[in-house]
Amino acid sequence: MDMPTPDARIIARKDELVTRLRGVLPGDAVIADGYEIKAYECDALSAYRCPPLCAVLPATTQEVSQVLKVCHDLGVPVVPRGAGTSLAGGALPTADSVILGVGRMNDVIETDYENRIIRVQSGRTNLSVTDAVEDEDFFYAPDPSSQLACAIAGNIAMNSGGAHCLKYGVTTNNLLGVTMVLMNGEIVEIGGAHLDAGGYDLLGLICGSEGQLGVVTEATLRILRKPEGARPVLIGFDSNEVAGACVSDIIKAGVLPVAIEFMDRPCIEATEAFAKPGYPDCEALLIVEVEGSDSEIDSQLSVIKSIAQSLNPIELRESKSEEESAKIWLGRKSAFGAMGQINDYMCLDGTIPVSELPFVLRRIGEMSKQYGLGVGNVFHAGDGNMHPLILYDANKDGDLEIAEAFGAEVLKLCVEVGGCLTGEHGVGIEKRDLMTVQFDPVDLEIQMAVKDVFDPKWLLNPAKVFPLDSSAKRRAG
Amino acid sequence: MEPRTEEQLSEIIRDAKSPLRIVGGGTRGMASEGEILSTRALTGITLYDPGALTLVALAGTPFSEIDAALKAENQRLPFEPMDCRRLLGTDGVPTIGGVVAANVSGPRRIQAGACRDSLIGVRFVDGMGNIIKNGGRVMKNVTGYDLVKLMAGSYGTLGVLTEVSFKVLPDVETSACLVINGLDHATAVRAMAQALGSPYEITGAAYIDGETLIRIEGFKNSVSYRAEKLRALLGVFGGVLIQDDHLAVQSRWHGIRDVMRFAGTTGNVWRISVKPTDAPELIGRLPVPEVAMDWGGGLIWALADPDVDIRAAMGETKGHATLVRGEGFARVHPESAGVAMLAKGIKAKFDPRGILNVGVMGA
Repeated sequence: MDMPTPDARIIARKDELVTRLRGVLPGDAVIADGYEIKAYECDALSAYRCPPLCAVLPATTQEVSQVLKVCHDLGVPVVPRGAGTSLAGGALPTADSVILGVGRMNDVIETDYENRIIRVQSGRTNLSVTDAVEDEDFFYAPDPSSQLACAIAGNIAMNSGGAHCLKYGVTTNNLLGVTMVLMNGEIVEIGGAHLDAGGYDLLGLICGSEGQLGVVTEATLRILRKPEGARPVLIGFDSNEVAGACVSDIIKAGVLPVAIEFMDRPCIEATEAFAKPGYPDCEALLIVEVEGSDSEIDSQLSVIKSIAQSLNPIELRESKSEEESAKIWLGRKSAFGAMGQINDYMCLDGTIPVSELPFVLRRIGEMSKQYGLGVGNVFHAGDGNMHPLILYDANKDGDLEIAEAFGAEVLKLCVEVGGCLTGEHGVGIEKRDLMTVQFDPVDLEIQMAVKDVFDPKWLLNPAKVFPLDSSAKRRAG
Repeated sequence: MEPRTEEQLSEIIRDAKSPLRIVGGGTRGMASEGEILSTRALTGITLYDPGALTLVALAGTPFSEIDAALKAENQRLPFEPMDCRRLLGTDGVPTIGGVVAANVSGPRRIQAGACRDSLIGVRFVDGMGNIIKNGGRVMKNVTGYDLVKLMAGSYGTLGVLTEVSFKVLPDVETSACLVINGLDHATAVRAMAQALGSPYEITGAAYIDGETLIRIEGFKNSVSYRAEKLRALLGVFGGVLIQDDHLAVQSRWHGIRDVMRFAGTTGNVWRISVKPTDAPELIGRLPVPEVAMDWGGGLIWALADPDVDIRAAMGETKGHATLVRGEGFARVHPESAGVAMLAKGIKAKFDPRGILNVGVMGA
C-alpha cells in the first residue's frame, strides 16, 4: 500500500507549525514529542504506521476551528481521528500531516426524551451514548463491534453499521444533525432536531465521507426506546447453501429479525475452541434474533423455526433464558478474538446480494486453497455484509502481501456479483486502490468534485478513499 | 423530449444549449423555464429480489407499477410516499424517479425513515451529460461518498435520475389506529411523544381535526397486544378508541399521507418541519386558519392565505418551511450562509452550465 511522498517543505516548517498551534491551544493539547507521538502513528489497521508531524487534541468546536485555520494557512494536511479504531486506515497519518484527535470532546450536550434525540460531542464513544440514556430505557441503535471504543466522529466518517442494522439502519439513518468545521476554519450547522433539512441533503453527503469534507465536532442523534425483550435462536446447517436459503426464506416470510448472523465452519470451530459457546458441529450456523414482548417473540420465532425445520437443520436451539441468549451471542461476539488466537488476520467488509451467499462462500473457499491462507467467515447475513477473516502471519515475509492479494480478489468478486467493496468499515487506504473496480473514472471524478467544494486545497485526509493517481493532481494543489 | 435510453438522455443534456425543465410524472406542478425533458419513457423494474429485500427500477416507472409488484410479494416501500395529486389539483402519473427527486416521505417517516433512507443506489446524468452511478443494490454500502442521499430531494437540479434502487420491507398483516378526541395541540404532542417513546413501535402519530391518531402495524396478535398497552399508557389523556379494521385504518392514513384535509381548498399549503415539542407554540403564533400535524408534531401542514409569510412567522424557531402549493414565496426555505455556499458549490460542480431545473431549489 503506497502513501504519497511527504512534502519536505512542510516537514521543514514543523517548529513554526507547532508554535502556531500552541498559540491557539492549551499547552497539553499539542503533542509533538517523538515518543508520545507514536500513539498516533496508526489506527486498527496496524500493518501500516507513520508518525505524524504532531497531534492536536482540541476540546471545543472553536479550538478545532483555530487549529484548522492554522493548518489551512500553512498548507498542512490534517488527518481527523476519532478513537483510532478504523480497520481501513482511515486515520493513518502521513509524515507531513497533523493528527486532529477529537477524544477530548466527549460531553453529552443535551438529552431530550420527548423528541427522542441526544446531542453529543463527536469524541464520545458509541456505547457511552447508549449509557447516557439507558436509565430511561433508551438506546442508540448503530452498534459496530468496536462500540466500546469507537467514537461517534469515526462512526459518522465511516457511516458505521453493526449487527442490528437490518432493523434499525446504519449511522446515516440515525443522524439528524452536525456541527462541522470546514478546512478553512468556518463552522457550519447542518440539520438539527427537526427532520429532513430543506435544501440538498448535505448531512447524507457528510456521513461516510471519511473525514475528507470537514471535522464533525457535535452530532444530534436519534435515540429509541428499548424493545421489551429480545431472544435469539441458533440454527445449524450442514451446508452454506441451505443456510443461505434459510436467510432468504425468513426474509420473504415477512418476519424482520433484528439480526441474522452467519458463521461458517472455520469460524465455528475457532470460536468453539476459544470461547466454548457450545455450538453444534456443522458447516454453517445462523443466529437469528427477534424483539418484542414475550408473546410477540414467540409468534415470530415460531415462523422462523418452522422455516428452519423445513430445511432439516442439524440443530435448532431457542434460547430459554438470559444466560442462554448470552451464550448464543458469546461465540459470535468472540469470533474475531478467536480467529486472532489462530493467527494474525485481515478483516474484509464487502457486501453482496444475499442470494449470492452460497456462490461467494464457495469461491472464497477455493481462493483460500489457491492462496494457501486460511479464511473464516462471520457476517451480517440479513444485509449481505460479509466479513471474511483472512489468516496470515505478520512475522512471515511476504505473507501480508499474499493476504492482501487474496483480499483484493474477494472484494472484486463482491463487486462482480452486484455488491460493493465495503459495507461498513470504509475505504480508507485499504480499499482505495480498488475503487476503480467498482467505479468508472466519471463516478470518481464527481465524488472528488464534491471534495473540491468543501476542501478546495485538498488538505483534509487527502490520501484516502480515492486511488492516488486519480487524486494526484488535486493533492498537488 | 422523451429519451428512451440513458444514452439518449445523456446526448440530449450534452447537446442542450438552453435550460431544461426536468419532469417525471409532473404531478408536483414544479415550474421552471426551459424545454421539457421527461423521464417517462425510461420505464421498467430492472431487478426485484424479494429474498434480499431489493428493488431496482428505471426512473420513469409509474409508482403504481412498483407498488403492485411489491404487493404481489407482500412487501412495500417503507417510507410511504404521498400522492400529491388531490392536494395540488394536478393529474399525471407519479413516477418512482419523481418520488426520489422530491424525497417524498409519509407518516411512517418517523419510524422507517425518509425516502432517502430506503434509497440504496442511483444512476443519473449530470448537467454535462455524464452518466454517473453511486451506491448500488445492496443495503450496506459505504464505498465512496454517498451521492445517493444527495440526489434524493435535489429535484432534478443536480442531475436527471435514470435508475433508482431501494431497500424494501415486508408488508404488514394488519394495523390499528388509536384515537383520542379533543386534545389541544400541546397536549396532543405530549400524548404522541409518550406513545413514540414507548417500546410499542408506532408507525404513525398525527393530529388532525381535533383527533390525535396513533398507528401501529404488524402481526395480528402483536398489534392487538400493543394496542391495549398503548390504550393503558395513553389513558391519562382521555378516552382512547381503537380502530382495528385494517382497510379502514389504511384508508384513514392514506388521507393523512395525502393531506386530503386541504385538498380542494384554496390558499397556500406549507409543510413545516420542526422539533416536535416546538410545534404547539409555533402553531399558536402562525397566522393561519388551519393546521394538521404529522410525525408526532415534527411536521406541520398549514393552510395559509396567499399573502401570509410563514417563514417570517417562524422567527427564531429552528426548522424549515416549504411552500408546497401556491405562489408568492420561494418554494424552499433559505439556508444559512455557510450551507448555502456549499449548496451553490455543489450545484456548480454537477451542473456547471446551470441548465437543469433552474431556480427549483431557490437561487
